[in-house]
Amino acid sequence: MDWLTETRWSPYVVGIGIGVLSWLTFLISRKPIGCSTAFARTSGMIEKLFGGKQIEQKMYYQLVEPVIDWEWMLVLGIVIGSLISALLSGDFQLQWLPSRWENAFGGSVMLRIFTAAFGGMCLGFGARWAGGCTSGHGISGTLQLAVSSWISAICFFLSGIATALLLYYVVA
Amino acid sequence: MDRNNQKKQGEEPRDRSPLLWGLLFGIIFGFFLQKGGVTKYDVIAGQLLLVDFTVLKVMLSAVLTGMIGIHFMKTMKWVELHPKPGSVGMSVIGGLIFGVGFAVLGYCPGTIAGAIGNGYLDALIGGTIGIVIGAGLFASVFPKLNTGILRRGDFGTLTLPQLFKVNDWIVVLPAGILIVLILYWIESAGL
Repeated sequence: MDWLTETRWSPYVVGIGIGVLSWLTFLISRKPIGCSTAFARTSGMIEKLFGGKQIEQKMYYQLVEPVIDWEWMLVLGIVIGSLISALLSGDFQLQWLPSRWENAFGGSVMLRIFTAAFGGMCLGFGARWAGGCTSGHGISGTLQLAVSSWISAICFFLSGIATALLLYYVVA
Repeated sequence: MDRNNQKKQGEEPRDRSPLLWGLLFGIIFGFFLQKGGVTKYDVIAGQLLLVDFTVLKVMLSAVLTGMIGIHFMKTMKWVELHPKPGSVGMSVIGGLIFGVGFAVLGYCPGTIAGAIGNGYLDALIGGTIGIVIGAGLFASVFPKLNTGILRRGDFGTLTLPQLFKVNDWIVVLPAGILIVLILYWIESAGL
């Protein structure tokens, strides 16, 4: 069982594993793997908590109901699965600053937190605009050969690469 | 016959088993993501900076495996496809906005959940809150966007085989070969 305690597996083993997992979600749950809708539902649940019932009148939350569903549990499961894997290999660590970030932008935790929050806002906004994320479009949609997903996934990476190069080679 | 029964059970509102399956699949997914190293900012940012190709290797081998299996099961009539709808306004503009967030945050909605499990606090405190706010902002502006830009160049749930009006396998086979060639090229370039 040494493979369970290894820190890293070959990316191809991991990719094939995720591919086989997608077979099972289609067969058993009749759903493709996706993650970003869960964040929209969470946002609706939080608004509901503070704003009362009129939130359900919002057009978007009639389409994406603010409830815990299969996909929401999937995202919760990712946290648990990653925690188990990291604990088994000793790779778990509480860390504020990723090293690649720190080397380029310095040791300010606040700068990282605010940048991450701003990036997260663009990510959440863009994922809902495109109707999916790196999982829903990037893996599940492209493997179904959906036109929407191939266009979205290509745009994710083109824009991501351009922004990353700008951040690291111009801003930093 | 069994599958039909399963389908009906899954649609009953009181049946909790879909939630448990979701949790189980999520745990396996998160385990794989962590073992692949893609729960780490350094690996994802490295991909977007074109110095570490782990993300692309994981994604392309998942797509290759998934594509062949799902289309085989579709041919056998065991599963149906669930392609997402899209339009030029949705997929291109949404995709470009997403990409900015992808690079600035250094995680995506799935891998950030894995990053939290890995102990990364910038994911928990900064990123996750940002994604929830961003999704909420989108919900607020959705009625306006939905009558305009999201409908520009609408193509619905079109798939590539439907677009080219060919059998699925006419697209699956060359797409599979293309993915293998890209991976081979990445490896032989030493990336």
